[in-house]
Amino acid sequence: MKPVYKVFLGIFIAAIFVGTLIVLLKGSHFSVLFPSGSVGIAERDLMIGAVELMLIFIGPLAILAIFIAYYYRAGNKKAAYKPNWEHSKLEELVWWSIPIEIVLVLSALTWTSAHDLDPSKALALSGKPEVIQVVALEWKWLFIYPEEGVATVNEVDIPTNRPVEFRITSDAPMNSLWIPALGGQMYAMTGMTTTLHLSADTPGTYEGGSANYSGEGFAQMKFATHAMDEADFQTWLRETKQSSTLLDDTAYTALAKPSKAEPVRYYGRVSDSLFESIVAKFMPKNMPMMMDMH
Amino acid sequence: MFGNLTVSAFIHGPIETGGQLAVVLGGLTVVFLLTYFKRWKWLWSEWLTSLDAKKIGVMYLILAGLMLARAAIDAFMMRGQQAIATSADNGYLSPDHFAQIFTAHGTIMIFFVAMTFMFGLINCVVPLMLGTRDVAFPLLNSISFWLTAAGAMLVNISLVIGEFSATGWLAYPPLSELAYSPGVGVDYYIWALQIAGLGTLLAAVNFIVTIMKERAAGMKLMQMPIFVWTTLGSMLLIIFAFPILTGTLGMLALDRTLGMHFFTTDLGGNAMMYVNLIWAWGHPEVYILILPAFGIFSELVPVFSKKRLFGYTSMVVATMLITIMSFGVWVHHFFTMGAGANVNAFFGIATMAIAIPTSVKIFNWLFTMFRGRISYPTPMLWFMGFLFTFLVGGMSGILMSVPPADFQLHNSLFLVAHFHNMVIGGVLFGYFAGFAYWFPKIFGFALNERFGVYAFWLWIVGFAVAFIPLYILGIMGMTRRLDFVDLASGYHPLLVVAAIGAVIISLGMAMQVVQLYVSVRDRKKHKDRTGDFWDGRTLEWSVPSPAPFYNFATLPQVHGRDSFWMDKQEKRIHHETITDIHLPKNSSVALFVAGFALTAGFGMVWHIWWLTLVALGGVFVTIVLRSFVEETEYVVSAETIKAYEAKHKTA
Repeated sequence: MKPVYKVFLGIFIAAIFVGTLIVLLKGSHFSVLFPSGSVGIAERDLMIGAVELMLIFIGPLAILAIFIAYYYRAGNKKAAYKPNWEHSKLEELVWWSIPIEIVLVLSALTWTSAHDLDPSKALALSGKPEVIQVVALEWKWLFIYPEEGVATVNEVDIPTNRPVEFRITSDAPMNSLWIPALGGQMYAMTGMTTTLHLSADTPGTYEGGSANYSGEGFAQMKFATHAMDEADFQTWLRETKQSSTLLDDTAYTALAKPSKAEPVRYYGRVSDSLFESIVAKFMPKNMPMMMDMH
Repeated sequence: MFGNLTVSAFIHGPIETGGQLAVVLGGLTVVFLLTYFKRWKWLWSEWLTSLDAKKIGVMYLILAGLMLARAAIDAFMMRGQQAIATSADNGYLSPDHFAQIFTAHGTIMIFFVAMTFMFGLINCVVPLMLGTRDVAFPLLNSISFWLTAAGAMLVNISLVIGEFSATGWLAYPPLSELAYSPGVGVDYYIWALQIAGLGTLLAAVNFIVTIMKERAAGMKLMQMPIFVWTTLGSMLLIIFAFPILTGTLGMLALDRTLGMHFFTTDLGGNAMMYVNLIWAWGHPEVYILILPAFGIFSELVPVFSKKRLFGYTSMVVATMLITIMSFGVWVHHFFTMGAGANVNAFFGIATMAIAIPTSVKIFNWLFTMFRGRISYPTPMLWFMGFLFTFLVGGMSGILMSVPPADFQLHNSLFLVAHFHNMVIGGVLFGYFAGFAYWFPKIFGFALNERFGVYAFWLWIVGFAVAFIPLYILGIMGMTRRLDFVDLASGYHPLLVVAAIGAVIISLGMAMQVVQLYVSVRDRKKHKDRTGDFWDGRTLEWSVPSPAPFYNFATLPQVHGRDSFWMDKQEKRIHHETITDIHLPKNSSVALFVAGFALTAGFGMVWHIWWLTLVALGGVFVTIVLRSFVEETEYVVSAETIKAYEAKHKTA
């Protein structure tokens, strides 16, 4: 086969591949690229900015590579040939400095974004943060609303346009709380609390789950995130409170037993400091709280 | 008497029984063939007990090939499961079995394919490149290999007796602690890695001493081939990083067997310490693997461009910078653990900084090709494949080194696609290139080009079809290690595409097997008669192929970089008198040491304490007995060498 046809064949196969992907992906939801919360949007913009910066460098590099690989092929006798050329101060200086400059710019971006988007930092959004305590269990998620005294299992309900502060711990192997449509994830670990601030801009249902493998029920540690406007959220809280189901130590111990595909549950009342006692139970007695991660 | 080992350890479900039978029948077939063809004595004296680095290298390569087949089957099973399973009930693997498979896949690919492949190539060529007859400590070299083999064997024994770890390849606690993993799987993992890790550490010591002390007369450090430099960087990383692994897994073992609390949830144990320690080893490990691949490319790009390597000094500086910097980036594996903005930003920037010396390397390769006369046999094709996949992998890597971007991409299939991009496109393609490039030197005949080209294209296309969908799935929010996904998630079409990619890769691997078969069949046609098959530049090409068992009849004199090339250009011929050569005698010590180590590890897994104690005693006694052997070398007479040279050297 002539090289020209090979190139055409390659382009043809690639086109089929890309075409197939486009057909397959029609209607799919790209949560990370089209998020529905301010944190996710900021993280998406950051990713796109970083990729653009890198392409300034990598794009020309790839073209240069193709050109050199093709033009200096053994068959091309027109091309210059300098078998002993092995050093050039100027050129080496140039390609030490180009990546250094790109990395310097990226570093600035990294430093500022790591601070601006620090998950433990309160959001710039107005309104009182809705605090939700999260406990990763084998293999389900428990959400406790400490101020309202209600709790849910495998479903979390949040108000839109108001910061949500997740305080996360684990009574199971390490997990990671991730709601891709709202923003980045945070590990859930026994004996300590991590903090994750997120918010939702538009009402809707967003998939959430665990991102860190935690045992055989891991694939079923999914939960729905219902984002609703303030009025609906207050109604939901009121209705949930009317439930007579109580989450006390006994109920919690039963819930914490390993189980898969746990149905959604609502608790109208939660005993005080349940979350704190879950965190503290992994601490040795007479030992101060060692870790309060921010 | 047998600790925790009972008959139930041998009884598995139907699919596990398949794996069990494959191991047992495979072993029996090998035994049968060896007996039928009466090859036991040959195997023992020519291979198993040989202290010749080149033979040890070939044994490493064979081990890497076998383990690649095993871990690839794991990969295909995972791709199959994810393509089929649309609910918790309709996959063909149970969640626990699925977890064992992804754990085994990662563990084997890193420790018993990549590391083993790397040491195979290093053993086969580094002594030749240095112009020396052997490594500094030949017996230690043999012990290193056999300990690695023992580790690999322990992993495969877990297929037959008991189970393997189901925690992911880094065994994060508390999941890997007794409380959540009461079975023997994690113990198999720990002791396989402890034994193989010890072998790796000893090998690194051996090669550092070899490179520092055994160079040919006149070879200054700045005249060493770049592959030797990158090997040195990699070996330095091993001696700093592997003790961390040994210590970390040792503490996990203490937790599990003696009830200690380093990483448990209770009594002050701290799992975050484990995560830090394992990555303080784990990140340098990535560079341990990639540096020699960079070295391979730095050797073959000048040869196939018929031009000197551009920017030798820059290459050395870049290699050493990568070596040092790779120790300062481990936290980027867990930005999502809540360490805080300052810590995350520091490690993010440190990670990006490694891209600087890496980019310089890419520029230097390109400018080695610039104004060259480039030909494209398979080793060079692998290099081109590497170049473009590595650019994509590098970009996705730098993207994830920005902490807030990582929050959204970590633990997703985007991450899985990224590191396969680096480890397949970077490490594996590099080793394939080195394998094809040095094959004539190692075996005396070249690999078949046609099937090599087929294999290359199937790998490249298969790689794209298998991993581009994973990048996309990551952006859709799919996490790794799921044994099934709901149909409603919309992930399935892409998982099926990825499975098709895996099939294409498997065809590529089949082509490589065909290539080996055809090459061996036609070995007379592709014989390397000159010893300098590719018109090479470094010393390994100055001896006949396959390299004589004594490497060099007379030790070479080095006058600069690309010493052999310069000699050829200037038609310089060395006339030195051939004298007697001392070479190490065969020794079965390593086989005994590794056999006892394997037994001790097996005893630890099943809590058969007496067995472990007896086996450790065996290791000790073997080494003590060896110290009484005074005649460890034999003499090859000058006449023998002259006769061998006359027979093999035609140039």
